[in-house]
Amino acid sequence: MSARAMPRWADVTLVPLISLILAFALSALVILAIGEDPVRATQLMVTGALGSTYGWGYTLYYTTNFLFTGLAVSIAFQARLFNIGGEGQAMLGGLGVALVALFIPWPNWWMAMIAALAASALAGAAWAAIPAWLQARRGSHIVITTIMFNFIAFSLLNYILSHVLRPPTSMDPATARFDSTLRLPRLADILEPFGIEFSRSGPANVTLFVALAACVLVWALLWRTRLGFEIRAFGESHPAAHYAGISGVRIIMVAMLISGALAGMMAVNSVMGGPQRLVMNAVEGAGFIGIAVALMGRSHPIGIIPAALLFGFLFQGGSELAIETRIPREMIVIIQALVIMFTGALDNMVRRPLEALFLAFRGRS
Amino acid sequence: MGTGTPEGRQDTAAPAIELRGVSKAFGPVQANKNINIRVRKGTIHGIIGENGAGKSTLMSILYGFYRADAGEILIDGTPVQITDSLAAIRAGIGMVFQHFKLVENFTVLENVVLGAEGNFRLGPALAKARKLLADLAREYEMQVNPDALIEELSVGHQQRVEILKALYREANILILDEPTGVLTPAEADHLFRILKGLKEQGKTIVLITHKLREIMDVTDEVSVMRRGEMVATLKTSETSPTELAELMVGRKVLLRVDKTPAKPGAVVLQAEGLRVVDSHGVERLRGVDFNIRAGEILGIAGVAGNGQSELLEVIAGMIPGTGSLTMNGKPLDLSCRHDDARKRRLAGIGHVHEDRHRCGLVLNFMAWENVAFGHHHAPEYNRNRLLMDNDAIRRDARGKIERFDVRPDNCWLTAESFSGGNQQKIVLAREIERNPDLLLVGQPTRGVDIGAIEFIHQRLISLRDEGKAILLVSVELDEILSLSDRILVMFDGRIMGERLPDQTNARELGLLMAGMTGEAA
Repeated sequence: MSARAMPRWADVTLVPLISLILAFALSALVILAIGEDPVRATQLMVTGALGSTYGWGYTLYYTTNFLFTGLAVSIAFQARLFNIGGEGQAMLGGLGVALVALFIPWPNWWMAMIAALAASALAGAAWAAIPAWLQARRGSHIVITTIMFNFIAFSLLNYILSHVLRPPTSMDPATARFDSTLRLPRLADILEPFGIEFSRSGPANVTLFVALAACVLVWALLWRTRLGFEIRAFGESHPAAHYAGISGVRIIMVAMLISGALAGMMAVNSVMGGPQRLVMNAVEGAGFIGIAVALMGRSHPIGIIPAALLFGFLFQGGSELAIETRIPREMIVIIQALVIMFTGALDNMVRRPLEALFLAFRGRS
Repeated sequence: MGTGTPEGRQDTAAPAIELRGVSKAFGPVQANKNINIRVRKGTIHGIIGENGAGKSTLMSILYGFYRADAGEILIDGTPVQITDSLAAIRAGIGMVFQHFKLVENFTVLENVVLGAEGNFRLGPALAKARKLLADLAREYEMQVNPDALIEELSVGHQQRVEILKALYREANILILDEPTGVLTPAEADHLFRILKGLKEQGKTIVLITHKLREIMDVTDEVSVMRRGEMVATLKTSETSPTELAELMVGRKVLLRVDKTPAKPGAVVLQAEGLRVVDSHGVERLRGVDFNIRAGEILGIAGVAGNGQSELLEVIAGMIPGTGSLTMNGKPLDLSCRHDDARKRRLAGIGHVHEDRHRCGLVLNFMAWENVAFGHHHAPEYNRNRLLMDNDAIRRDARGKIERFDVRPDNCWLTAESFSGGNQQKIVLAREIERNPDLLLVGQPTRGVDIGAIEFIHQRLISLRDEGKAILLVSVELDEILSLSDRILVMFDGRIMGERLPDQTNARELGLLMAGMTGEAA
């Protein structure tokens, strides 16, 4: 029995907000404990990430990554599948992008981008397909298999980069730089016609808009199509879905394929939009941060946008912090971990008292 | 409302349980409103009320699952704070839930000591429990093998283990929530003998049930709840089933169903040698033959767990089976690979699943989404190949909600927020208005309030009168007897016999349900 104790707006805004404040408060204590000034640290993070178009260029670049991986985790989670394999799927997506970019002479950037999106989606989906099949047909738990597939993806990519795609003259396990015609338009290029000045060095690029479009498409898929209806029904209750004649095998496969495709598409941003070549750590943990983004965004595309922005801010602000202070880079991982813990895992800690508060108010009125 | 004022005390002894002004709300829903009740020591006290009347909430407060928003609990005259179930146990309260809380692969003995092991070493606790079990078995006819695994025991015996568990914890007050729902009539009688024995030993027993007959048979006093309020406490000897039913519903109710004789038409569904083996390799249906004709209600009587659920599910395409099923002359594929349940719907089979919480509804979906659930491929619910037509579904849902008198009439509420009866109406509206040739109905009125029961029965009968076939499975014998045109009795996966409702009675059916053939009766 869970009659709504709180209005919905409070559930979706107040709970994450208070969780966030708690996480930041605890982070401040940790920063104090290592002898630094939390106020200055906050200032540095805010100015570093949001204080300039340069900062925004990076923040939005990371946000783009997190939008894709957040959506990937969300759509799987709508079917109650924990796709922990975003990391590996994005690595394979990167491989798809690199192959398309390196071996086909594209006349312009947008044709290349469309091909890269398709290739990365295909590669990511293929990487998700095996754990999905194992879950659907063999009952192997998807959490375990997707984690394992992250390791396999890492080793596979390592091998391909160092033995197959590495230019013979290079010592670095990375591909050659892509042709300059494939350079994706950055925010500066896009905003210029509108007379808005934007830093040229921030890597945020046109993929951001693809990611936002993906949010709309995922929303429409989940709440406007039969497939989405079936995915959500299956996620809510497997027996009920079975009763309704919804094939669990099909839902697991389809949800995971879409999830893998979305995770893979992240690589268009982080490979084509960023360094213009495929490097070993092109994913930079975005696959895992996607889990936090999905948790915080309640697996809903509308929630995912602010959540991805928040983590984009933390990621960029964090690297500023590491440059400007003695606060080690690991500190940022701690802050992120606290945010994840409070918004995701400790959800009820905030929710229960808040519910009680609402009840008390209602009782009086 | 004078919760603290001492009333004139006619009892010398303090009541075993006294609740003063207990209230509990879940959000806007007031589950318990200012409940006052005194349960006298050494009595069997019945609590009846429709589903959703607040009985279970009240007992959950008493057992520490919920905290009351207001009010006091007194045990043996002393106020107590029951913060969790441990506190309840310490106060001498034992609870036997409708769904047993036993560890299936532990032995009886292990289950009895679980949570009360005493100290680090298990041996002494086990020895003590073994001795106690032997004593109790002698005293109350509660023989159970202490070394048997729970999963090997019958439901009746599992229930005994629950009672023993409570006694082992030195419970003086025993609360039983709908204890007979899963028992055969004979097992239920045995349970009542045990309860009477416990009462004679000075234990206090609270019996929650919606079966008026049980209240009349075993209780000393009875309290009636309606819509979260305690409307009356009566001496059982001074009341009647009719009076209790009226108190429960708040108006006069017809406990009988009016219907005209059936006019059976052509055979709609024919089953021959139908067998089902479950995932553990246990044969649940052992060769079942029957047919259903258009315009008749075929009732399946039986104690829960004798293959009725499997019968419905295999016809509905939810589980695989062997043998043959013919629907309107066309054979159905029993292999059940993917979405057979969907194909069965297209073949004209509607299914009101016996477990609407687990299967019939998606509880977190809104009412309108549930109206389309299972039929979401229907052309009228879709704009085109890709997009659903949510507006059309909502329009349809509003119509169904109105025609089936679902309350509250808001299709944006989640299915979870409706009461049992209204949830069932949503399922029935969905399945009946699809106009199926055959409607499978499992436990249509389980957990449904009396007002809604009448309504549901009428709907089923009018569907029959439209010339549709209905296969009705229910553990409520009264329901089977009053609705069915023919009755099959199932026991252990087999059909024990066929009876006509006006030529049989509950006693004869009860014997068949227990696996005894008609001749032995």
